[in-house]
This record gives sequence, structure tokens and C-alpha cells, in this order.
Amino acid sequence: MIRMENLTKRYGKNTALNNLTLHVKEGEFFGYLGPNGAGKTTTVKILTSLVKPTAGTATIGGHDITRSSLAAKKLIGVVPQAINLDMELTAWENLLIHGLLYRMKRGAIRAEARKWAAFVGLSGALDKPVNTFSGGMKRRLTIARALLHGPRVLFMDEPTVGLDASGRRDLWGLLKRINREGATIFLTTHYIEEAEALCDRVGILDRGRLIALDTPAALIASAGKIVVDVFEGDTLTSRFFPDRASAGAFAATVQGSATIRNANLEDVFVKLTGRRVVP
Amino acid sequence: MKGFAGVFTRELLIIKKRFLKMLISFSITPLLYLIAFGWGLGQRMTVEGVPYITFLIPGLIAMGSMTRSFAISSEINIARFYWRIFEEFQAAPVSDLAIAVGEVLGGILRGFLATAIICLFALLFRVRLHVNCVFLLAVLANAFTFSSLALITSMIVRSHADQSMLNNFVITPMAFLCGTVFSLKALPGWAHILIAWLPLSPATRAIRAAALGRPMPWGALVTVFCFGIVFFILGTYTIRSAKA
Repeated sequence: MIRMENLTKRYGKNTALNNLTLHVKEGEFFGYLGPNGAGKTTTVKILTSLVKPTAGTATIGGHDITRSSLAAKKLIGVVPQAINLDMELTAWENLLIHGLLYRMKRGAIRAEARKWAAFVGLSGALDKPVNTFSGGMKRRLTIARALLHGPRVLFMDEPTVGLDASGRRDLWGLLKRINREGATIFLTTHYIEEAEALCDRVGILDRGRLIALDTPAALIASAGKIVVDVFEGDTLTSRFFPDRASAGAFAATVQGSATIRNANLEDVFVKLTGRRVVP
Repeated sequence: MKGFAGVFTRELLIIKKRFLKMLISFSITPLLYLIAFGWGLGQRMTVEGVPYITFLIPGLIAMGSMTRSFAISSEINIARFYWRIFEEFQAAPVSDLAIAVGEVLGGILRGFLATAIICLFALLFRVRLHVNCVFLLAVLANAFTFSSLALITSMIVRSHADQSMLNNFVITPMAFLCGTVFSLKALPGWAHILIAWLPLSPATRAIRAAALGRPMPWGALVTVFCFGIVFFILGTYTIRSAKA
């Protein structure tokens, strides 16, 4: 569904995205993980035609994003990192503008607006101005808007940033339901647990390069299933082990304090880069 | 091209929300001019064969329709850099031409609103204007030209500060110098030639001639439309080039 071949983006001397080759299958929930500045948003902006690539190609549903950008755009919905709703207008008016941009008839816009507003839990708020909404409501409205025209691919750029824990969990449920309805989801996030909980496959990006790509379970297994965190003074170091027995044996030899735990995707990132994911 | 309806509908909805505020804001400047220069000076002097207030009102229409049409530049700027609403247009399957048409129509509508307010003031100040098709065509040319120019500037500038600087150094001087509040005949020859090249000068001539029922200087009107077409083409192109 999404194919990127040697995709590169340079801003002057700074390379934001370096020779990225990545394929996302139809119906897949794909997680794009990395710290801030890794190139996640640049990738989404290229795929949604907001930014031109310096080199390489990308297609969505077989349509080249630069040569057939209008055809490619018809297939996608975008939930941007920054909420870009018209705050002066009502939720319905925001959805109306979106529907007209996608050349939908007014009747169809109204029907789809009701359907997706109910889906995201905003049925009673359609006629209220967006500037009266909470952060979570605004985020849910951007999702309803992105789904209004029936996209086959949904790009979600850090959709849970700024939400509290409960709002984030609610949104996870919503995203899973959207994926079950058949949409391919391309989710960028720097929340490790989000990628682990939601995604079929995860790509880890660091300084514009894709450094790992697999299912969350396979990536974790490749790093070592069990981690021993060793605290020596102010320094935390992590050692990886295939099983609890070998981890326990190592922990017993440690002079300071040590914690044994299951590995997660952040450990994969630490092992590959030597750094932690800093939001 | 159909996608322009989304862009233009947004402009209509915004105008609807702010209608009263807009009416008040669009009224202040022309009203102050009419009181200070129209009442203060207008009854004692004549310019180009008519009382000054009669000369002034078409100039205010040219000035008002220009500044209000050009004001979409700031609106697009805020939509681009602050609210990021412009990204919604750019991510949609809408051509750059459709975005340009939607935005420029929004600017033209604001220009006509400003014109309608000044025409109402003309009634209050008992100045008879010839509001006919030729007059509306002249206002349309002016509003189209400056909406298109606004589109270019809004895509080129990188911040709100750049936008304000453009307003201060380009639009404000043009608003005063292009024969809106005084006759260009009063200027030295070199200044007259220089100012005649600015797009508001032929627009003011065309609007004034139409409003006062004088023979239309068609060359001036065609010149304004030519400026408008060139600006519109450049504006459409700059939407594409605005992508990083």
C-alpha cells in the first residue's frame, strides 16, 4: 500500500531522511518509532505531499506521490501532529470544509460526519465551536475529519501527544477499531508502549535512517528478552539476556543495585543506538 | 478545480462568523477620512473639477477594496504558520489552482464588502456615485489584483513579522500615493511617472471614472486586469513552491 524507495530529504546540509526504503502492507498497523528529530514527521510530510523529497520515490496505492499526487491524496487521511482545526468554526463546519475539499456532496458529508462523529464520541458536539473543546475532543475531531472521505491509508503523526493517560488509552482503542475496519495505519510515535500495544510491525528511525524493522515481538527477541538494569552511582546501564536464569546469574555478581525485567522496544533502540528515546 | 469550493466555503464561514466585527473594522478608516478630509476640507475645495469629498470617495473605494482584499495575505499567513490550516488544503486532493481560486475569491469578497460600506457612507455624505456594471468591473479588477498579490506574499513570507513589513513598505505607501486622496497631477513629472506604474494608480483612475460617471479609461482597466492575471499566475505557482 505504501512503498518508499531510497527516499531522501535534505534541508541544506542537514539530512532529515537518509535513503529510506520501506514497504507497508494493506491493512497493516505500522508503527514508526524514533526520538524527536529522527525524521518521522518529515516522512509523513513527504508521503502526504506537504514536503518534496530531495531524492527517491514513494507511492501510495500505486500512485506516485509527486507525479500523481492528487490520485495518491484521495487515498489518504491525515491526523497531523499539531491540531490544525479552524477554532472559530464548529465541528460540523470543519468537517464540511474537509468534505468539500474531497469533492463530496453535501448530503454525503452530513451522513459521514454523523457516522464518524458517533464513532469518535462527538455526536452531541457537532454544532459546538471547536474552541470550546478539550484537547482530547479536538484530537478525536481531527481523526473523524481524516476518516470522513473514507481513506484507505491513515497517517497519524504523534496523535497522542498532549493527552493524559486515560485519553491516550481511549484513543488506542479507537485506532484499533479503525484498523479493524480495514484502514492501513501509519502511526508515528515516540511512546514505546504505544507502538508495542498497537502495531503489527514497527520501524525504528534514528537520525533519518531506518535502523530496525520487524514485529515488536521479533525486535524485542533480537535484543534479548530479559534486561538487567544496573545502577552504578548516577549511571544506568542495561545488559541483555536470552532468559531469566542467565540474567539472574549476572545480577548476582553486580556490586550495586540491579533490576531484572522483560525487554521492550526502547531497549531495542538503546541496544542499536546506545541512546534512550528522548521525547 | 472543484476543490476550490472547500477553500472558498471556509472563507465564507469565517466572514459569516466575523461579519459584525468586519463591518465595524472596515468602516473606521473610511469614516475617519470622510470626517477629517471630507467634511473638514471637502466643502471648501475642488479637485479635478469636483468637490473634494466627491473626489475622495472613489479614492477611498480604491484604497479600501485594495487593503481589504490584500488583507487575506495576513489571514493565509496565520492559517499557514499559526493554525496550520493551510496544510489541510495542501494535503487534500485539490490542485494549487483550486486553492488559489478559493483564496482569491475570498479576498475579492472582502474587497466588495469594503466597497459596499463606503458606498453607504457616500449616501450619508450626499455624494452621488454611479454604481453600475462598469463600476463593479473596476472594483473587481482592483480586488482581484490585490487578492492575487496577497496570495503571492503570503506564500513567500516566512513569518508574521515579514508580513507586517510588506504591509508597511508596500501596501501603506501605495494606499496613499496612487491618487486615492489627492490628484496625481499635483505631483512632479518624475513622481507621476513612477507612481503610474503601481497597480493601484490605474485602478484608482478606473474606479473614480466609473463612480463619477466619466468616460472609462479602458486602458487603465485593462492594465489592472493584466496586473491581476500576472499576479494570479505567480500566486498559483508560489503555492507549489511554498512546499519545503
